[in-house]
Amino acid sequence: MSETIRPGQEPVSTTDEFLKGLWKQNPVFVQVLGMCPVLAVTNTARNALAMGLATLFVLVCSSTAVSLIRKIVPKQVRIVTFILVIATFVTVVDYVIQAISLELHKALGAFIALIVVNCVILGRAEAYASKNPPLRAAADAAGMGAGFTFALLCLGVVREVIGKGALFDVPVFGPSYQEWVVMILPSGGFFTLAAWLLLFNALRQRRARRAAADAAEEVAA
Amino acid sequence: MSGPIEPAARAATPVTQMFGTLVGVGLVCGFLIVTAFQATAPIILQNRIEARARAVLQVVPGAVESHPFRFVSAPEPHFEAAPADASDGELVFAAFAGDGALVGVAIPAEAMGYQDVVRILFGYAPGEQRVVGLQVLESRETPGLGDRVEKDPAFVGNFAALDVTLADGGEALVHPIEIVKPDPTRSKTPWQIDTISGATITSSTVARMVRDMAALWVPRIAARLEDFRPEGAR
Repeated sequence: MSETIRPGQEPVSTTDEFLKGLWKQNPVFVQVLGMCPVLAVTNTARNALAMGLATLFVLVCSSTAVSLIRKIVPKQVRIVTFILVIATFVTVVDYVIQAISLELHKALGAFIALIVVNCVILGRAEAYASKNPPLRAAADAAGMGAGFTFALLCLGVVREVIGKGALFDVPVFGPSYQEWVVMILPSGGFFTLAAWLLLFNALRQRRARRAAADAAEEVAA
Repeated sequence: MSGPIEPAARAATPVTQMFGTLVGVGLVCGFLIVTAFQATAPIILQNRIEARARAVLQVVPGAVESHPFRFVSAPEPHFEAAPADASDGELVFAAFAGDGALVGVAIPAEAMGYQDVVRILFGYAPGEQRVVGLQVLESRETPGLGDRVEKDPAFVGNFAALDVTLADGGEALVHPIEIVKPDPTRSKTPWQIDTISGATITSSTVARMVRDMAALWVPRIAARLEDFRPEGAR
């Protein structure tokens, strides 16, 4: 894999660029970005997966395109150019989802069009793709998109299993299960997100404590 | 985000370059959108026709084929076959059995529910003079409450054999459809629709749509049954 060294920074491989979006800089669990679709369309695992994949596609395409044109776009008109590029790919995704399944398009509703204003996408275009070559921009976008999809699925799976007693529309608890309707209502999105954030923060703190303990042991040795 | 544009940078970028970049990117984006639209339009249209046809066959039991018909009020009220992808005008969807006999007519309706517009399709069987099925095509009502109009067996059962018998003269129903609150102690007549406790607004909306649309369409359809022929629509 290619590596780039920036002034004052450790060399970072393209693989690392991809992996950071999955875990260390996960757009939902760490950066807490793009909350609108995270809370609104994660009532089932299928909707969450579809929205995640749509966002992943738009992220990768728009970041690659922004990186390709980064040297010819004047600074003064960069934001409007990025938005135009992002809106184009969102429109393409909108048509493709309608062609794949009208039911899925109906379930995702207005949130497909709202991918245009997802801050994860414009954020990566402005902060990363406009300053890096296409391969690295695509790897960064793919990592962020995969991390976003993973986070949406985490919410969607929990909400569908508890709220509907099913996973990807397949019953998991049998007919006698009393559904927790609140979990597929908007408030269920907040409860589930809070639980996942709690878990992620606990894991991160435990890792930090272990690293500190290891460092202290090394110093003592 | 970077800070304000410095005067030197502003002077260094000619206006023509900014304008040219925007026009160029706009052209490429426009080309991409039009290409995607052209590539997916036939598939999307086919999906819409199939979804509508599936819904028609579900609300008219026993039907295997359906075609849209448009109501034309002048010079004489009648129905004429409409293209499969028709969406304008006053449309109903005739459903036919395998031998080409008319089994029923699916009637679309839409009205404001609790949160958004609710779109439904219900089947009318002229032979039995009854509403024989109902499907909610589009609804954004509250999950667990308003969406019970699609899932509650008792409510859906209201539309399995709802009496819409025409009075002599064929211009009105013998028993106009009544919308009532559910009451287990009362004996239900075949022209009554029980609403749902806890989803009163949505279920009343659906019931009102069926009541009003049945009152409008049943006399029209019953008077022109000979207009509905599958061979004319194919």
